[in-house]
Amino acid sequence: MSQLPTTTIIGLEVHVQLKTATKLFCGCSTKFGSPPNTQVCPVCLGLPGALPVINEHAIELAIRAGLAIRCDIPPLTKWDRKQYFYPDLPKGYQISQFDLPICADGCLEITDPADPDAIRRIGIIRAHLEEDAGKSMHDEAAGRADSRIDLNRCGTPLLEIVSEPDMRTADEALAYLIKLKEIMTHLGVSDCEMQEGSLRVDANVNLHIDKHGQRIATPIVEVKNMNSFRNVAAALDYEVERQYAEWEETGHTIQTHGKRTFGWDDVKCVTYPQREKEESADYRYFPCPDLLPIRIPRERVEQIRASLGETPEETRERLQSQYGIKAYDADVIVSQGRAMVEYFDAAAMASGDGKRTSSWIQQDVMRTLKEQGSDIESFGVSAEQLGKLLSKVKAGELTNDRARDVFKHVSENGGGIEDAIKALGIEAVDDSEMESLVKELLAANPKVVDDVKNGNQKAVGSLIGQARGKNPNANPQKIREIALRLIDQA
Amino acid sequence: MLDSALEVLRMQAAGEASAVEIAERAMDAIEASQTVHNAYTHVDRESAIASAKTIDAKRAAGEPLGALAGVPIAVKDVLCTSDMPTTCSSEMLRGFRPPYDATVIEKLRAADAVIVGKTNMDEFAMGASTETSAFGITKNPWDTTRTPGGSSGGAAAAVAAGTVPLSLGTDTGGSIRQPSAFCGVTGLKPTYGRVSRYGLVAFASSLDQIGPIAWSADDCALLMNVIAGFEPRDSTSLDQPVPDYTLATESNDLRGMRIGVLRESLQAEGIDESIRTAVSHAIGVLAELGAEIVDVDLPHREYWVPTYYVIAPSEASSNLSRYDGAHYGHRAGEEAKDLVTMYCRSRAEGFGAEVKRRIMVGTYALSEGYADEYYNKALKVRRLIRGDYDAAFSQVDLLLGPVTPTPAFKLGDKVDDPIQMYLCDLFTVGANLAGVPAISLPGGFDPAGLPIGIQLQAPTLEESRLLFAASAFQSATDYHTQRPKQ
Repeated sequence: MSQLPTTTIIGLEVHVQLKTATKLFCGCSTKFGSPPNTQVCPVCLGLPGALPVINEHAIELAIRAGLAIRCDIPPLTKWDRKQYFYPDLPKGYQISQFDLPICADGCLEITDPADPDAIRRIGIIRAHLEEDAGKSMHDEAAGRADSRIDLNRCGTPLLEIVSEPDMRTADEALAYLIKLKEIMTHLGVSDCEMQEGSLRVDANVNLHIDKHGQRIATPIVEVKNMNSFRNVAAALDYEVERQYAEWEETGHTIQTHGKRTFGWDDVKCVTYPQREKEESADYRYFPCPDLLPIRIPRERVEQIRASLGETPEETRERLQSQYGIKAYDADVIVSQGRAMVEYFDAAAMASGDGKRTSSWIQQDVMRTLKEQGSDIESFGVSAEQLGKLLSKVKAGELTNDRARDVFKHVSENGGGIEDAIKALGIEAVDDSEMESLVKELLAANPKVVDDVKNGNQKAVGSLIGQARGKNPNANPQKIREIALRLIDQA
Repeated sequence: MLDSALEVLRMQAAGEASAVEIAERAMDAIEASQTVHNAYTHVDRESAIASAKTIDAKRAAGEPLGALAGVPIAVKDVLCTSDMPTTCSSEMLRGFRPPYDATVIEKLRAADAVIVGKTNMDEFAMGASTETSAFGITKNPWDTTRTPGGSSGGAAAAVAAGTVPLSLGTDTGGSIRQPSAFCGVTGLKPTYGRVSRYGLVAFASSLDQIGPIAWSADDCALLMNVIAGFEPRDSTSLDQPVPDYTLATESNDLRGMRIGVLRESLQAEGIDESIRTAVSHAIGVLAELGAEIVDVDLPHREYWVPTYYVIAPSEASSNLSRYDGAHYGHRAGEEAKDLVTMYCRSRAEGFGAEVKRRIMVGTYALSEGYADEYYNKALKVRRLIRGDYDAAFSQVDLLLGPVTPTPAFKLGDKVDDPIQMYLCDLFTVGANLAGVPAISLPGGFDPAGLPIGIQLQAPTLEESRLLFAASAFQSATDYHTQRPKQ
């Protein structure tokens, strides 16, 4: 195919749901998955006479997020009404921010997917706060055209982060999203669960085609309804092909066709044109007269900046140098969020063995959390307990297997490490007791003695199983040492 | 005739009448008045008597009583009540019952007031004659061929007809003061933010304010003590201490007070001679009480009405978007097969002509390409108007002027001429645009015996000063004690 040279222009609008307990303008819960219309009040239902009141925690989280993506936090921000009619928008307008967003002019650095040693700097135009709408559910089964509306989500705080059109490939867009999600979860700003809608992406994409030195821009397409990062990348790749083919066929350009809205069909893996929202052409923004502008003093911003702590990259680097763990392992821990990093730090300090702690966290701790469906903040084995347990393993007081029994016991029953050790009947076996046990076994297994004498030290292994059969607290390392010594002396 | 809240309190304290007897008298008066004046959209005799009984029982048991114990009060049908419909006199909300009480209603209940019903108004408070109501027009108790004014026409007529001593109105561009003037009663629009708007169905959010209507400034002070104050549920309410307003009404000595007369406004075209006479007379009375009178001007006065009629409809067009038939209120019937048709028909059927006119004006003024020319320009002019007030109040303590260009006009006279109707707001919208408190007081009668109001305006949060001067004026005059012939 003789295609002309093209440049892909991608900009992303990402909505992250802020991790507040209550909604942006009322005291209703933001919990996901409750029965429809059970988390509502006159304010978020938009009843006549009800008035919004700003949730300070949302402001706090927005500033945190903004600082992490290197935005300016202007001293004054205000609220505007964005007006359109839709049944999941009960007031007939959304309270949002138009000309004075809370965060402006930032950037996010990503590793260039095409060159691991290069950094790409993606500009961020702004990040503004707004309230979410409810959900319409259209039930067209059996010829009925009923629509049901769930307003639980109505009024949930969102931060819309708008990038510059600085990305040139779907891989860059993907890298940007992964990085952004990591920062937001790391800072506790958002859960960023795409399945639950706490992170949503709209992608704007078009092509600049170089036709013999003349630059032709295809119409911008905004793709919506993508429910995973993988789908964002797939939709962008699809649009690149589709827009070129469309241009070849129709000659449509940005001058003739401006901007259009498409959806993503993740079954057919195609984009498709969407019907525009009613009156989307003119939202008639104006300052919301029910809310005062917010002044954000410099000191408040600096206070929040000071509380941000290290970035995920800084944490990754520190974990590697401080504990000697591998880049991959550091990455797994950091990607679990700040709480897991804190857990790891505390456990590794207490155990004095970062590598062992890292491997236990990635295997035992994360598996147990998954089984229990809980998170690290409410996990039954504290970081200090895990550290203590692993320090015993390191000191040879416990075997890995026995330590696992103790870990399981504590995670299921609570209590301390010592309590669990006692409850499981684990006790250190003294050396003379061990020696007589080994003597007994050597006498019963002359073949092992012969094999070892002939240079096959591994033969001792069969004694270990037998020894632990007689006394489960027997330390395999000890058994091996004693057995070899006795054979050598014999 | 129940005409003074203070008297109603005294009678109960002296054992001359129980709360139940007073409530029954109010309900009888309402019944007699309603067929003539139609001041109410909803009256609930049983619940009024029941709450009066509770108050009598509390009194008998020696329990502490609220500041308005046993005082019957009517509230404009734009304030949310959980036990009565709240309709804004619109088809759109016919039969609508909010699941909650407005803050002022909560405060009235906590003060042991007896809420007798909801009063008629111009639809969604848009109008100056109560003729745009979907529940029929209200008539002026002084002359039933005339309007009681609006939009709080029902609230003012309910007091003027002697059905209740107190009512609550709302004032966006003069909607408490103009009907108070037409009905010969006293009406106060407080400082924007002094009274919580939570539960007040919004017309124009940056201008709306709830306030008292009564025969006297003294009774207004009593009601202000109950309803004023900061409330976290209204972000625009002012977090400032509330004085005891009744203390302001104790002295009648105005020596040391400088009152500025808006002399220019008296020269305005179309102003009735009887209005000029009443203002001149008031100047004399206030001077007699010791006030120093000086002339002042608010230079951007000619822009008040145009500025107001851009800002108020703009906000209204947004505030009224929620009435779409989807969640509550009027919804068009089965024939609306798709969403847009349902919206269009519901709103076409639910709203009256004046409401639609203002929604269209406001939508236009906020539209892309027009917002700078209209809405944003109006905001700039509003800042100039505020500046005028600041400058005037750096020279004087109060401003004195007319409330309306004419006494109450005939029913039907202006209802088909929106511009004439809008000019009713000529002297009142300034206080709303600037956010300052203003009071309308009975200041005399025209040759036909119709009441005339005079207006005092004060700097932000100086309601006490307004009530002080108003009470002093009423100590020296008897206009507020005159009653329409039954």
